[in-house]
Amino acid sequence: MTALIFLIFAGIAVFCGVNLVVQTHPIASALSLIGVMGSLAVLYLQLGGEFIAAAQVIVYAGAIMVLFVFVIMLLNAGAETPTFQVSRFVKYLGAILLAFFLGLISFIIQGALPKSEGVLFGTFQGTALDVGRKLFTTYLLPFEVTSVLILIAIVGAIVLARKEV
Amino acid sequence: MVPNAPVPLSWYLILSAILFALGVAGFIFRRNIITVFMSIELMLNAVNLSFVTFSYQFKQVDGHIYSFFVMVVAAAEAAVGLAIILTVFKNRATLMIDEVNSMKY
Amino acid sequence: MNLWLIPILPLLGFLANGLFGRRMPKALINTFAVGSVLLSFAWVVKTLFGLSPIESKYIEHYFTWIQSGMLNIGVDFAVDRLTAVMLMIVTGVGLLIHIYAVGYMEHEGGYYRFFAYLNLFMFFMLVLVLAQNYLLLFVGWEGVGLCSYLLIGFYFTEQFATTAGNKAFIVNRIGDFGFSLAVFLIVRQFGTLDFSKVFDAAKGMPSEPSIGILTIITLLLLVGATGKSAQIPLYVWLPDAMAGPTPVSALIHAATMVTAGVYMTARSATLFLKAPVTMDTVAVIGLATAFFAATIGLAQMDIKKVFAYSTVSQLGYMFLGVGVGAFSAGIWHLMTHAFFKALLFLGAGAVIHGLHGEQDLRQMGGLFKHMKITAITLFCASLAISGFPFTSGFFSKDAILVAAYERAPWMYWIGVLTAGMTAFYVFRAWFMAFTGEYRGHAHPHESPLVMTGPLMILAILSLVGGFINVPHILEPMFVEKAENQSLAWLSAGVGILGILLAYVFYVAKRGLADSFAKAFGGLYTLVYNKYFVDEAYDAAVVEPLLEGSRTVLWRGIDAGLIDGTVNGVGKRSRGIGSILRLIQSGNIRSYAAWVVLGSIVLLIAIGFAGGLR
Repeated sequence: MTALIFLIFAGIAVFCGVNLVVQTHPIASALSLIGVMGSLAVLYLQLGGEFIAAAQVIVYAGAIMVLFVFVIMLLNAGAETPTFQVSRFVKYLGAILLAFFLGLISFIIQGALPKSEGVLFGTFQGTALDVGRKLFTTYLLPFEVTSVLILIAIVGAIVLARKEV
Repeated sequence: MVPNAPVPLSWYLILSAILFALGVAGFIFRRNIITVFMSIELMLNAVNLSFVTFSYQFKQVDGHIYSFFVMVVAAAEAAVGLAIILTVFKNRATLMIDEVNSMKY
Repeated sequence: MNLWLIPILPLLGFLANGLFGRRMPKALINTFAVGSVLLSFAWVVKTLFGLSPIESKYIEHYFTWIQSGMLNIGVDFAVDRLTAVMLMIVTGVGLLIHIYAVGYMEHEGGYYRFFAYLNLFMFFMLVLVLAQNYLLLFVGWEGVGLCSYLLIGFYFTEQFATTAGNKAFIVNRIGDFGFSLAVFLIVRQFGTLDFSKVFDAAKGMPSEPSIGILTIITLLLLVGATGKSAQIPLYVWLPDAMAGPTPVSALIHAATMVTAGVYMTARSATLFLKAPVTMDTVAVIGLATAFFAATIGLAQMDIKKVFAYSTVSQLGYMFLGVGVGAFSAGIWHLMTHAFFKALLFLGAGAVIHGLHGEQDLRQMGGLFKHMKITAITLFCASLAISGFPFTSGFFSKDAILVAAYERAPWMYWIGVLTAGMTAFYVFRAWFMAFTGEYRGHAHPHESPLVMTGPLMILAILSLVGGFINVPHILEPMFVEKAENQSLAWLSAGVGILGILLAYVFYVAKRGLADSFAKAFGGLYTLVYNKYFVDEAYDAAVVEPLLEGSRTVLWRGIDAGLIDGTVNGVGKRSRGIGSILRLIQSGNIRSYAAWVVLGSIVLLIAIGFAGGLR
């Protein structure tokens, strides 16, 4: 069951990723990215990252991508015109090479990890309780620093994007 | 019911690698600034997946926390970056990276 | 006894005149300059009276200069009989020349500078004479060379004066190189430079029949002496040194500095006596130089050049004397030569002064009635140098020639021939200048007393100075040679023959000299142009050196290699920079590509290094 879910959502993630790179209009790319994030959230759930999965959907897909879509709409970005045409033969060749390259990486990674480990849903739960406990004890300083970081980002964004009077 | 066999951990990492490579490809080959930015986000997501995977391997939530911080930083970066893109668009009236090249030697 | 006062007094004169002379009135400059030498002379007399009779060497040790390992060199002054003779000559004749120079330099610019240099010269010469070790002697040696350079080039606005100064210094340097090597070998052989210690050690060494360590040391000392005392092959600087003011020629290039070589050889007699090969070399070089220079002097037209070659020739006599073992005869001739040569130069200076700068004999003539004192004193000097019986030159020159006969008769005959030539050319100059009709255009006049006074004193010394029996004085140090009356009278006779010949050529039958010159055209040209030795040196040594310096060292190494390297570094940096800047294309995608490339390279490197463990 775990493997099936993994395969389905991994496939969606890869498909959306490819789509993001291949599509000409930025809005299509943005929607593909949302797809990637969604499938990744499911995978996080499978790995026991409840909190992270929720955060992914709420923050990443729900806020950041919405911001992206707003900006695309605001700028009225049109479709990109391709600069050079590649023949279909080169496209197919590129795809095959890519697949080969990825296979190579997979093989290397496969060999580097211990064989005994495997993912089973439910074995591990990263509950919000655990995350919160760790966050406010061991990682307190980075937490506070990131709050300052967000403040800076807000101020920066406003200063950069405001209308010149 | 399909038998509940554990999924090898390496598969997650391979997925992470694939997504990261796709992000790099988009980063290099696309000309629209916003698409480039989105490729960066794709790369960050791939890295998040890696963190969570390794967190599972060690059965600790530290990886989740790192992933959380990555998200926070990505959010801040997205905000400021898009503001910059807006400014560039206001000044140059273009979203093509190749045309924003006045910092030549 | 405070021997240090003797050189220090002129040094104080130098400092006073050198530092403050620019604003001092002439009278004050004279006081410092002449006064310091006068006081030094007085102190010499007092010291010698106090020490006489000087049986053993009187040494004063001041302080240790160099203490390095087993080498200990101190600043010591010493007086023995040889030093006594030299001190009297240097301070006495030096005093007379200083007085003369007051009058001679009356109308010249740079008055204070002249006397400052002259005093400095006296200081160094006295250090040289008083030194008790080779290094201190070398200090004086170098110092007089420096003063010679400064004084030859005194009229530094004239090109030929500065060139002559350079020539003197550089040629001297070659000799000094030989001297330095000798000093090094002495240290290596004896472990010390102190005269007493070296000579005591050398007395115990056997005489060397062929080339041994002592022969090499003494040959190198000889090289130094040929440079300083203008012998073959390093004599070429002396005739050119006549570019300096005449008192300089008299003091430095006649009486004192050039005799330093002879003095040094006499001082090192113990070493030389153990090396017969060197002794023969010294004698042969001296004889050859005497003969060679005399022939050149026969044809010169500049009065100072005649006397310059005469100096070279007489120095050759001194070396001949030293080389055949007659050290005291050599020193005797040094003393008498100081008298009559200084007189000849000072007299020539008086003539030149009276003619407002004319030095060419062909522009003179019939000056007897205008400058009687000058003429008479110069006549006395000419008699002395010709070896006229009972003059000073007669005694000293014949002592040398007799000793030469003892060694090898052919040396005597060549020496006698040279004596004849000496008499000829010196009287030729006298007759051409003082007899006949005046051929020039100036108004000749006699010189003031301040100049003629020293001339008269020196004339008296030239005539009777021979009765100061120097060999007798130096007897404890050097063995006295026996006299041979017939040989002595023979050489005197040849001298008188030379005088008569000059009379014939230049007074009785005036045109005879010119027709003679035309008849022997080629030979005359050769001799008149000093055998083209200067030109030969120029072509063989100077030009290749200059050319080598210019092309190899300057253009090749300095401009090409060193500058090229330094500039090249700059150029390479610019070149590399201009290539590297192409990375800054302004194109963001290319930056992105570089980042990815860099990270891939990094990953591969980490992978090869074994991964992050």
